Amino acid sequence: MRNWWKIAAIILLTYSLIAGFLIEVPKQVILYESIRNLYFHVPMWFSMTLLFLVSVIYSIRGLGSGNLEYDRKAEELVNTGIVFGILGLATGSLWAKYTWGTWWTNDVKLNGSAISMLIYLAYVVLRGSLTDEQKRARISAVYNVFAFVLLIVFIGILPRMTDSLHPGNGGNPGFGNYDLDDKMKLVFYPAVLGWILFGLWITNIRVRMANLKDKIEI
Amino acid sequence: MRYIATIALMLTALITKAQEQIEMADVMRDNGKIYVVVGVLLIIMIGMIIYLITIDRKLSRLEKENNKDI
Repeated sequence: MRNWWKIAAIILLTYSLIAGFLIEVPKQVILYESIRNLYFHVPMWFSMTLLFLVSVIYSIRGLGSGNLEYDRKAEELVNTGIVFGILGLATGSLWAKYTWGTWWTNDVKLNGSAISMLIYLAYVVLRGSLTDEQKRARISAVYNVFAFVLLIVFIGILPRMTDSLHPGNGGNPGFGNYDLDDKMKLVFYPAVLGWILFGLWITNIRVRMANLKDKIEI
Repeated sequence: MRYIATIALMLTALITKAQEQIEMADVMRDNGKIYVVVGVLLIIMIGMIIYLITIDRKLSRLEKENNKDI
């Protein structure tokens, strides 16, 4: 069953959607029912990070071997990851509007994630500016490594070191502190896995489309 | 100063009494409208998944056809 993981993605996503709205959640002021956004906003970012991680691994392997297959996968993983990142920013912004009272704020985590998205958009621009396949693969692979390191610094390290409004950073409790009976984890972990698989599925289609396009044009 | 702050903070605890005070969307649950929300979102998600499956299948067909020619 080659496509078992695609079916798994569908099942996990459907489950997390239904359970996400029907299962009981911790009652918190300010958040109220919007705490359920945890099941969607956070998986966007987790999926993006994983897609970027796999991408940089393919980039490094491509540097070693010169295999353009790896370069293609690295590229499409970044493309899909960027979509997830934009959705993460959008869902976070909407959530912020109704909890913090503003669409955006000068917060370390927010600025860091926005900058990271720009860095990865620059990866796309960089690729577009190079026509020679091998050169494009090598240069963008090196850039990808720097981009990923910066991503980790901007969204993982810096926000934990200073004041931040964002949950889980700057001394704020993460939602694990509210989820005392682990009911949220019951939906959250499957949701993360579902969205990761979903992102990989989209990437898989993109890679196959690009490969087919190459074959047809030659 | 610290004693005043402590007492002031303890007084705020009086307004954040029990779980029953925090208003959740219980009305939506009572009148069953929450299932409308779930239904709407399910329609959207299943629609998108069907789209993904369709283009996946189309791709597979094209790949097979392409491999036959070569």
